Amino acid sequence: MITLRTIRRYWALTFLGLFFFLLVVADFRGLKGYAVSLFLEMDPLTALAGLLTSGTLYRGLAWSLVVVIPTLFFGRFFCSWVCPLGILNQIVGRSLNRRRPGEEYRLNRYRPLFRTKYYILAALLVLAAGGTLQTGLLDPLALLTRSVAVSLFPALDFAGLRLYLHHPVFQGGILIALLLLAILWANRLFPRFWCRVLCPLGALLGLLSWRALFRIRRDVDRCSGCGRCLTSCQGGCDPDGELRVSECHLCMNCLEECPEGALHFGLPGSRSSVHQPWDINRRRLVESGVAALAGYPLWKSSLSAESRPAPSVIRPPGSLPESAFLARCLKCGACMRVCPTQVLQPAMLESGLEGLWTPILVYRLGYCEHHCVLCGQVCPTGAIRRIGVGEKIGIKPKEKPIRLGTAFFDRGRCLPWSMQTPCIVCEEMCPTSPKAIWYETVTRKHREGGEVTLKRPFVEPDRCIGCGICENKCPVPDLAAIRVTSVGESRSETNRMILKNG
Amino acid sequence: MPEKQRRPRRNRVMETTTRREFIIEVAKSSGIAAGLVAGGFLLYTREPISLAKPEARLLRDFRVPPSDLFPKLVIVRGSDTPRMAAEAVTRLGGMARFIDKGDRVLLKPNVGWDRQPEQAANTGPELVGAVARLCREAGAGEVWVSDVSLNDPHRSFFRSGIEQAALEAGAKVLIPSERDFVETDMRGERLKIWPVSRFFHEADKVINLPIVKHHSLSGCTLAMKNWYGVIGGRRNQLHQDIHTSIVDLAAAVRPTLTIVDATRILKRNGPTGGDLQDVVAGSTLVAGLDEVALDAFCLTFLDLEASRVPYLAMAEKRGLGVVDWRQLPHSESQVG
Repeated sequence: MITLRTIRRYWALTFLGLFFFLLVVADFRGLKGYAVSLFLEMDPLTALAGLLTSGTLYRGLAWSLVVVIPTLFFGRFFCSWVCPLGILNQIVGRSLNRRRPGEEYRLNRYRPLFRTKYYILAALLVLAAGGTLQTGLLDPLALLTRSVAVSLFPALDFAGLRLYLHHPVFQGGILIALLLLAILWANRLFPRFWCRVLCPLGALLGLLSWRALFRIRRDVDRCSGCGRCLTSCQGGCDPDGELRVSECHLCMNCLEECPEGALHFGLPGSRSSVHQPWDINRRRLVESGVAALAGYPLWKSSLSAESRPAPSVIRPPGSLPESAFLARCLKCGACMRVCPTQVLQPAMLESGLEGLWTPILVYRLGYCEHHCVLCGQVCPTGAIRRIGVGEKIGIKPKEKPIRLGTAFFDRGRCLPWSMQTPCIVCEEMCPTSPKAIWYETVTRKHREGGEVTLKRPFVEPDRCIGCGICENKCPVPDLAAIRVTSVGESRSETNRMILKNG
Repeated sequence: MPEKQRRPRRNRVMETTTRREFIIEVAKSSGIAAGLVAGGFLLYTREPISLAKPEARLLRDFRVPPSDLFPKLVIVRGSDTPRMAAEAVTRLGGMARFIDKGDRVLLKPNVGWDRQPEQAANTGPELVGAVARLCREAGAGEVWVSDVSLNDPHRSFFRSGIEQAALEAGAKVLIPSERDFVETDMRGERLKIWPVSRFFHEADKVINLPIVKHHSLSGCTLAMKNWYGVIGGRRNQLHQDIHTSIVDLAAAVRPTLTIVDATRILKRNGPTGGDLQDVVAGSTLVAGLDEVALDAFCLTFLDLEASRVPYLAMAEKRGLGVVDWRQLPHSESQVG
């Protein structure tokens, strides 16, 4: 017989597969109109936090209504039916707790610890209301997308699966991987530790399920109180007592376990048990909100790329000005997945703690491909605008190209400038027309006698777009003899050095 | 906290050792000890790491025997690239002269950049498709199209139109990943051991399909410089001695045939281009077996003279060809 649990299992596997499929096709060859940001866009937490930071609901984030509206009727189904991290946690939790017979009753019982997620949610939303979007650090969809993009896929490539032409490396990728591993390992403490205790999206969906009509219902007369419904309960929502609706994932496992047929899903019967509302300590909730409120000025008083221009904080083409960028960027790493050269890297502390894991360009690892605009296409929140190639390179004569920064020569390291050696690879690579890098031909005396003719390069700041291919291809491998810094970036009105460029 | 259940303590004792057991156990432990000592002696070395270098391979000579029946340099002017290519190959003796049945033929166009065909930064897709068809008609087992691009390879092959042209002509596009390079002895003055795309080791015949472009450092990028696209590694350092490097590369890779695409000429801002104002129509294909002569001939498209391009004289000195192409038997024709 096809039961609700069976349907849920196939449904969940389909969505888990879809999540990974969309990440696999998220590159230049695979993008053939797939909605690769679908999961990130249907995330109600991203939509709500983005609404708080910027006052608008950006493009695909309207998809979050597809999650919100059914939640109003059915409750927190998302966590066990759709969420890829929830489904992974369920699979891992099941295998990690297989050989603990008799302990399920203890492991799956509701604990006051589960309230923590509501306090985390409150703190994140208060920060968002102040203008800093930090939900992506703990949002399960952003967290998993980031982990897959910067650590899992590169690791699979290293292990022998040929996913890339050049094995990608990401700065601090191991930290991002360890966070995911810790989340998966925590299932050993009790199943779905993350989903029950920490997940802010789960908390939001729990709150949204307060008036769900369709629920798990227990007939108080038929129930013998054996507690077997707890053996594989995913939410830890006390189906054997007064169900905690905000914790129930609708995993439907209890329906299968009940030997008395006392449980059903749907509207209440004549002898259905009452339910518990959400279990939130109001005092703790206010405390966490106040803590975030007090932390906010502290946060904003720390040096960041927002308070002073930072040379290494070079944002993807089409990025918003820094404060608007931080109000929008989810740190999901979708742009890092789709970038063909892996120049997009998760920032460590370059743009302050606030900008942890936001994308920056690290030109030793890649460069911004001249005609590529993929990062803006996949950005779910519009931190990187959805620009076209024409806007990026500046179709002449009226448009100016988008500048990421400006290249500077380090003459002490440059071969023609200080080693009397011909080179100008930077000039060869420069993609603009006319090239931003030009040269003077000079003849100099050689130390051992004789003369050497050299082409000594210069940067014309009006023409330089900061793509960084010069730095990337410079034959000085450790610290390039030409390096790009953020000054002159189009997105900033103040990070400018040349008067006539306004 | 509920108190943990205590297990009852049992006073279990070990059995005593007999003399027989003692001897057996000592023998076993001594065996393990002897194995450790032997292993230590076997693996002992004064070098901290193994210093053995992987063996470098040599590229084969892809040329076919020379023939006096045909010209060495063929110039075909016109506007229909496939017909011009067919005419050029026919004048050189037909593709069957160059390709045996079942050969794996590697076409090496310039696919360095993420640019469109009209921008003339890459070899024209019309020529690549036409030559791939000629190879297949001559009985080639497989036709491969490969290059080591400077921009993102997938973008470069896609936007140059070469991927599509190759696939339509029944050729395979091989984009080398970083695992597809093998250490190769270039035996040059400047170039010694360099990583070379493995497809050049696996092909039976290689056809060079360069385009005529301006280049700031060497003056021009033509047939001989097109061999930059076989190597990986620190190839940006070759600019430090670009003329010797070009000659070294041309001496290491001897193609079966070369057809230079001079239908569109990038006259300025090379080798990347980007502005259609820098592109002029050349409406010519130049085919031949002597890369030095081919390069020397193509200088006219860039308003250059051989005296200003040092690598040509250096290549002649090394016996790779002749700079004065007029010395060679050549033919000029017009198609369409």
